[in-house]
Parts: sequence; structure tokens; C-alpha cells
Amino acid sequence: MSAIDLAIVGAGPAGLAAAATAAELGLSVTVFDENTAPGGQIYRGIEAVAGPRARDLAVLGPAYAAGKAVVERFRASKAGYSPATTVWLVQKDRRLGILRDGKASMVEARRVLIATGALERPVPIPGWTLPGVMLAGAAQSLLKASGMVPAGPVVLAGNGPLLWQLAAQFVAAGVNIAALLETGSAYKAALPHLPAVVLAGGYLAKGLGLIASVRKAGVPIRRSVEGLRAVGKGRLQAVEFTAGGRAERIPAELLCLHQGVVANAQLGMAIPLKHEWVEAQRCWRPVLDAWGNSDVEGIAVAGDGAGIGGADAAVHAGRIAGFEAARALGRIDAAARDARAAGDVAAWRRHLRARPFLDALYPPARALRVPADDVMVCRCEEVTAGQVREAVRQGGTGPNQVKSFTRTGMGPCQGRMCGLTISEIIADALGKPVAAVGTYRIRPPIKPLTVGELAALE
Amino acid sequence: MSAPGDFDVIVIGGGLHGCSAAYHLAAARLKPVVLEKHVVARHASSASAGGVRRLGRDPAEIPLAMASIEMWHAMRATLGDDGEFRATGQVRVAENVDELRQCEARAAQVRALGYDHEVVIDRKELRRLVPAVAEQCIGGLYTARDGYAFPFKATTAFRLKAEALGAVVKEDTRVEAIERSGERWLVTTNRGPFRAPVLVNAAGAWGAEIARMLGEEVPIEPVALMMMVSGRMPHFLDPTVGSMGRKMSFKQMQSGTVVIGGGHRGRVDPLTELTELEFQFLGESARTVAAIFPLMKHAPLVRCWAGIEGFTPDELPIIGPSKAVPGVFHSFGFCGHGFQLGPVVGSITAQLVTGGKTNLPIEPFRVDRFAGSPPQA
Amino acid sequence: MFRRLHEPANAVTIQIDGSPVRAAPGDSVAAALLATGNPVCRQSPASGADRAPFCMIGACFECLMEIDGVPNRQACLVPVREGMQVRRQARPTPVGAVASPADKVAS
Ligand SMILES: Cc1cc2nc3c(=O)[nH]c(=O)nc-3n(C[C@H](O)[C@H](O)[C@H](O)COP(=O)(O)OP(=O)(O)OC[C@H]3O[C@@H](n4cnc5c(N)ncnc54)[C@H](O)[C@@H]3O)c2cc1C
Ligand SMILES: Cc1cc2nc3c(=O)[nH]c(=O)nc-3n(C[C@H](O)[C@H](O)[C@H](O)COP(=O)(O)OP(=O)(O)OC[C@H]3O[C@@H](n4cnc5c(N)ncnc54)[C@H](O)[C@@H]3O)c2cc1C
Ligand code: FES
Repeated sequence: MSAIDLAIVGAGPAGLAAAATAAELGLSVTVFDENTAPGGQIYRGIEAVAGPRARDLAVLGPAYAAGKAVVERFRASKAGYSPATTVWLVQKDRRLGILRDGKASMVEARRVLIATGALERPVPIPGWTLPGVMLAGAAQSLLKASGMVPAGPVVLAGNGPLLWQLAAQFVAAGVNIAALLETGSAYKAALPHLPAVVLAGGYLAKGLGLIASVRKAGVPIRRSVEGLRAVGKGRLQAVEFTAGGRAERIPAELLCLHQGVVANAQLGMAIPLKHEWVEAQRCWRPVLDAWGNSDVEGIAVAGDGAGIGGADAAVHAGRIAGFEAARALGRIDAAARDARAAGDVAAWRRHLRARPFLDALYPPARALRVPADDVMVCRCEEVTAGQVREAVRQGGTGPNQVKSFTRTGMGPCQGRMCGLTISEIIADALGKPVAAVGTYRIRPPIKPLTVGELAALE
Repeated sequence: MSAPGDFDVIVIGGGLHGCSAAYHLAAARLKPVVLEKHVVARHASSASAGGVRRLGRDPAEIPLAMASIEMWHAMRATLGDDGEFRATGQVRVAENVDELRQCEARAAQVRALGYDHEVVIDRKELRRLVPAVAEQCIGGLYTARDGYAFPFKATTAFRLKAEALGAVVKEDTRVEAIERSGERWLVTTNRGPFRAPVLVNAAGAWGAEIARMLGEEVPIEPVALMMMVSGRMPHFLDPTVGSMGRKMSFKQMQSGTVVIGGGHRGRVDPLTELTELEFQFLGESARTVAAIFPLMKHAPLVRCWAGIEGFTPDELPIIGPSKAVPGVFHSFGFCGHGFQLGPVVGSITAQLVTGGKTNLPIEPFRVDRFAGSPPQA
Repeated sequence: MFRRLHEPANAVTIQIDGSPVRAAPGDSVAAALLATGNPVCRQSPASGADRAPFCMIGACFECLMEIDGVPNRQACLVPVREGMQVRRQARPTPVGAVASPADKVAS
């Protein structure tokens, strides 16, 4: 087995840009992604939105259409692409465990770039496991990949740019939006960051434009929503909440929840790369140098998996990582890297200037970070916030012990849907910062392998 | 107690053995303190497969294992919590005639020692006990009153009962130095000094480090033993199943998940206490499982991990008084099979502390048995 | 629960619990399921409650279905194929619901 120069995990904007850049500099590159087509989350299905579906571009908007160029440049490069391939292991020695066609195998690389992007932050509310409740990004993925929209009345609830973007896309597609419920936006806290977001260019105008288009369509909007719950017998029937002190109930067939996105750090945590808690984004991210290098030799991280920066920042971060890979493997020297990457470094920094404003404007609501006792926080094992607090009372001082007490995080999602909530609840119960409480020890395989799949590994 | 740092016994290590010792000491009306550098059950005692197994034990361990199984059966009564112990039996399957002969020889050996807990079972009995077993399995060995428990919960059960009886557990407290001060031991930790006339060394894979602080050299190799667990499966298995010819331990837990071990080794860095999994060995483990339990082919393995355990050259633990200094009792290096022995070894240690002797034969486990043996190549 | 903005060109047909479901090439199995009237993909192994796909990006593991005889596959990541056999998953029989053979030995 001969080693490839650069193995990239994730075919989103960061991974695709890195692959094209590195391949153009003569590195042998392979991009692994568990989806069947390139694009990542933001540009999901971009190559399929053509022919009869070309009209969907009008619904999806210009930010989505921008992905065409990113994917085309990747396709035009010599970079290899392994779709429908899950990377379940990255070792310190830069061997990757992959799963393809029902068989596990190992790949060797001289360098690894983790570009696994983001996940939506969990939104634990009463009733969030009912069929008919989904994450907003899930509904959006259906629109991108399959041109599907909700058939019946839909309620959008939570906060963050993606929620408004989805609302605007639904408006354009003629979806019946019963209400948009905002769980709180902190305009005052965000104000000091206003000059920076203006300098970052485009972000404010884009956001205001989305909000205006939703308002103009007459979508009922409630602000400062609290006590959000999904109700129904075996299936969502209505959404209940209070807004401005008034209790309301809105019948709906679908509830789309959203509270922003967080770095998908699972793969790096399993190595383990060093991670830190980011208070402003209330999530973990790997500790990296200016070129995206982690504390483990030869393993770098770029894009939203390195901390949320958005798709445009991800493209530049990917290119920067591509130049750095070429330098590390001796294709170009440090001076050439600096010269070639200068434009991307400047653009990357400019895009990141928008984050403090967005992070401050859309903080995850406390009731959703630290839910009430009766709310189920671990969906796989059906463990409530109250059971987690009980485990803390019995002496559990961290997520790993609480896991042993309660089985949280022991299901197939391996803590992706509960990890942040568990850390937040424990920190809150002990009166400690989340950084001190820590998170689950993540172990490979970061996605379940079957006995038969693993048996193929010699 | 005079000063807050004063105890009757200092127990180093908050694993199953430290917690069991603390419980038995507290039950004997002494005041022990358990010093644990991380949290209780951070290492082997939560990573463990939790097999409560007498089946196949070294003859030297059988008397202890026989006493311990009674304590497992009485655990709910003594501790108020059974650590999810389930006495569903242990089976070792034979896949060919050779292995079946080994079963017969083993059963005869155990009978000759005066025990009758290991019995040979035939093809039909094997299928009655383990309906899901593969066609090529022709029989095996069986112990009816063995079973499994949930390691974290069993360790916690000892800890909580010990605390209820007056023991103190100090987590995040690392023993850094030990010195004699008059009639007592002065133990220095990152959280200040502790003093007591008696020390119990239950530091697991790090037991030799503690022994070294006392001037006693013990050859211990830290080993990372790897485990895998499946998602919840439909109920198909009650006993814990091992194999005569292959590395496998296999059990379905109360939740429906299947816990798979067998002694495959990962990599370990005892300093950072980090382990790395060796997936080619887990691949072999998966092939073994698929061969003996064909219905597992599509079972998802949701987590793998490794736990650090101390191994001695003869794969028997260190139990009993220090031979170098007074007032120190060892209980460490359980070589991957100390879970079942947890209850009894804690009581042995308490007997040694309170009365200087025990009625169980612990001579084979004495700490100085490797002294003077030729150095390992 | 979802509708299509356009009728699929070159539709394929899969079976969900034996009933034919039309899908577009490139759809995930979960998408095809959500385009039917019933979004339920399985019962939760812990309590048996009905569950439906939740994240659609392979993170939540709610969409586990039996696909062509293989259980627990992430339906949101598996593309549809003509003739594919898909089944909703029932809660696995809990341990303890069946009398243990060892209990019988003991009694
Ligand atoms: C559901 C969702 C929808 C979003 N939609 C938008 C949007 O419409 N507009 C917007 O501005 N931002 C959106 N975002 C934010 C998004 O994170 C960024 O804008 C952008 O996609 C980040 O690019 P990236 O390259 O860092 O990662 P991503 O685009 O997330 O790409 C990462 C890729 O890695 C793959 N991957 C992850 N782990 C593995 C593994 N172990 N093995 C194999 N493959 C793996 C993923 O499947 C994915 O294809 C969305 C985020 C989410 C979670
Ligand atoms: C994967 C695996 C599977 C196993 N399966 C089985 C099985 O099926 N059946 C069976 O009988 N046995 C099994 N075993 C063995 C059994 O689990 C162990 O023998 C037993 O748990 C050991 O307990 P212990 O208390 O000696 O060690 P540990 O649980 O490791 O406890 C020792 C403690 O000492 C602490 N410590 C060390 N140094 C210091 C210091 N300087 N200061 C303070 N604290 C310190 C450590 O942090 C640790 O918590 C298995 C072991 C492993 C790893
Ligand atoms: S819907 Fe979340 S993993 Fe498929």
C-alpha cells in the first residue's frame, strides 16, 4: 500500500478547495466523503440542481449557486474523489480507517486534512423526538438534494442565520409557513460588533434581505419565544410556546428546529487532537496554528470543523491548508506558500470578522442549553436532563461518568446529539465552566461499523 | 480521628479493588480514605468486560474465586445494590474434537482439586444454553452460577457503601510520595498530606510505581485490553460465552447491547494514560464473533475502547503484605481477570489489616515471588 | 410529509414494507420515505416510541432502517436504487422479556 500525499476528509467547500489547490501544486490527493456527491452541507446536491431542477436555483438563492464554481474547480483538478466513503478512524500515524461498499480498510497518507464541517446544535425541547420534528438543516437538505418541501403547515423555531435562510427559501417555494418563532436574538449584545460585520462585507445586507423577504410574505413572526414544546400523539400535531407572556398553540405537520451550527469535531477528538471550548460559540474546536495544523504532526483541520466561520471562510481556509500541505511535503517553500496564500489569508480573516456579530446576535437560549428536568436530552438512550442531574448528585463529576451512570452517549450517534447538552447541564449543576467539565472521550470507530464490515479488516 | 488528614488506613487507587478494600475496612469499623488520582473507576474497573467468571481460572485462584462468587450472589444484601450482577452462567465453546478433549481434561483437573463447578456440556446442552451458537460448535465447558455485572456500577456500589460506613473517597488526588514518619505513613498528594499507620496499594497497573516508592520492585507491564460493544440487539443470549480455541468473551447485557472482548491488545502509554486501538486485531475479533455467532454479522459496533491493566510475568495478581516494609498490603496487577475477585480480595485485605492473617491461600500471590528470578530476555 | 417541487425524471420504484414508493434517482432512502404520508422509520430501541429522520446529514442515527436485508443502515445516506427493499425497524425484543435458560436450570 503506497501512501497518498494528502487525504482529505469531507467534500464541502473547505475540503474541495484544499483538494484542488494541493492537486494543482502536484500533490496526490484523495477526498473521502460519506455522501454520494460533492458539495458538503451548504452546496449539497449542487451538481444535481441542473436540467429539470435548474429552476430550483431561484428558490435556493445566489449563496447556494456560488457552489458551482467550487465544485467545478475541484472536478477539473487531478484530485481523487471517494464518495459514499465513511472515514471512521484517523490515527496519529496518519493511517485512515475507511468504510466503502460494506468493507472496512485502511489508507495511508503523508498528510491528513480534516474538513468535516459542522453539525446543527441539538435543540432539546419537550417532544423533540416526535415524528414531524426535524432540524431546520434537515428540511433544507431535502430541498437541496431532492427538491422537496414540506407538504403541510410548518413552524420554524429557534434562531440563527440558517433559520431565516430556510424561511426565505420556503417563501420562494410557496410553502405554507404557519409561523416563525424566534427564541431570542440579542441585538444589544451584538451592537458592539456591528462595525466589524460591516467590514466583513455582504453579511449584514444578506441577513437583512432574508428577514425582509420573510416579513414581506406575511409569515407570522413571534419574538422572544419561550417554553417551546412539540405536542402530539405519536406524531407532531401542534407547537406550543409563550411569547410576550401569552401562551399560544399553533397546529402544524412539521416543526423545524434550529439553534445555529457547531464544529463537527468527532473525528479529531477521537485521535485525539487537542481541543478547546469556545465560549462565544459554545462548542469545542481543535487548537490550531495559523495554517490549520493541529498538535499532531501532519494532521490539519480546515473549514467549519475548525470552528464556525461559514462557507466563504471555509473555501479560503481550505486553500490555505492546500498551500500548507504543499509546503510541508516539500513541493513549495515557506516563502512561496506565504506569497501564494496571501490573498486567501486576507480574505479568510475578513470573513471571520462577521462571526463575533453573528455569535453575539444569536446565542443559544439558556433553556435549550440547560433544559428542564423532564426534557429528554439523549435521544438514543432516552435519558432526561433530570436523570443527568441525578447522576451528578450521586457523584458524577464529568460526562464520562454520567455516561456510565445513565447510558447517555452510548447509543449509535455516539453523543453527537447530546454531548454539548450533557456538558452544559453538568457544568451548570456543579457551578463550573464547561471547559473544566470537559466532554465525552470519543473513541474510533466514530461511526458504527458492523461486525461483518470490521471483519474485512486484515 | 485527631487531625483531618488522619485515617486508620490509606487506600491508594479507587478501582474495584480499592473500593472493595475500603468497604471491608469500613465494615470492620476502621476509617479508611481512598486516594484516587482521577475519578473512581476511571481505569480497568470501568473499562472491564465485567465477567464474573470462575470458569478456566488458574488453580491458584480457584479458592478465592469460589469465595468471591458467594459474595457476588450476596451483593444486593450486603451492599444494597447488585452492580447489575446477573448469574446467567459462563460457557466456553469447543469448535472441534481437540477442544472438546481440552474441556474434558480441564473438568477432570478441577474435580481432582475437589471442585465441581466446571462441567462439560454436549452439543445439545450447548444449544439449549446458547441457541445462537454456530453449527461447528460441538460442546463446551459450563459454570452455572457465574455471570456478569456492570463494572462501573459494581465499583460504585462498593464505593457508596464504604462511604455510608464512614470511609472517605478523595478523587483528583494523586499519590506522589510516601515516607515513614514515626509509626505512620505520610502520603504526599497534589491535595496535601495524608497520614495513617496502614497503606493498601490498590493502584492497578500503577501498583508497581507505588511499590517502588516503598522500595519494593515488582515487574508489572501495563497492557491495554480492547473491547467492543454493539447497539441494542433483540434478546438472543443469556450466558457469557468464551472460546476454548480463540480469543473471545461475549455477552449480551441487560440493555440488549453485546459486549465483546477476549484479550486483544491495543497500544498504551502509561505516562499519559492514553491508549490507542489496534484495529487489525479488532478485525480478527470481529471474524471470531462472526464465526461463532453468525447472527452478529450485521450487528453495529457502536463503540470500541481499551482499558489499562497491570500484567505480571506469571499472569497472577499481587496480593498480600509487603515484604519490604511494615503496614503495607498489596492488591494490584490482576492481569485482566481481577473483576470477579474484587469482592473477596477486598475482604482478604481487611482481614490482613485487622488480624494479620486470612484463611484463604494467598501464598501464590506474594509480592516477592519474582525476586531473584532470571531477568526477562 | 414532504412534496416535490417537480415530478422526478426517470423515477425509480422502491418497496417500503412491501408497498411501492416512487423516488427520484439521487434521493436518499430517507427522502423517499419522507415523501410518503408516513415519516416513521423505526421504533426506538429504548422505549419503542416511533421515530423519524431528524438531521438528514448522517449525525443523529434516527433514520436507521433495514435496507436490502441489512438492518441499522442510515437511510439518509443510502441512495435509492430500483427494486430496493426497505423495512421499518421494530424495537428489538428486550433482554428479560424472555425467560433465561439459566433460570430454568436453577429452578
Ligand atoms: C445541515 C446544515 C446545513 C447548512 N446549510 C448552510 C447553508 O445553506 N448556507 C450556509 O451558509 N451555511 C450552511 N451551513 C453551515 C456550513 O457548515 C458551512 O456553510 C459550510 O458548509 C462549511 O463547509 P465545510 O467545508 O467546512 O464543511 P461541510 O460543508 O459541512 O462539509 C463537510 C463534509 O464532510 C463530510 N464528512 C463529515 N465527517 C465525515 C466522515 N467521518 N467521513 C466521511 N465524510 C465526512 C460531510 O458529510 C460533509 O459532506 C449548514 C450546516 C449544516 C450542518
Ligand atoms: C478491557 C478489560 C476487560 C476485563 N475483563 C474482565 C473480565 O471479564 N473478568 C474479570 O474478572 N476481569 C476482567 N478484567 C480485569 C479487571 O477489570 C481488573 O482486574 C480490575 O478492574 C482491576 O481493578 P483495580 O482496582 O486493581 O484497578 P483499576 O480499576 O485500574 O484501579 C486502579 C486505580 O488506581 C489509581 N491510581 C494509580 N496510581 C495512583 C496514584 N499514584 N495515586 C492515586 N491513584 C492512583 C488509578 O487511577 C486507578 O483508578 C478486565 C480488564 C480490562 C481492562
Ligand atoms: S436522519 Fe440523522 S442520521 Fe439520518
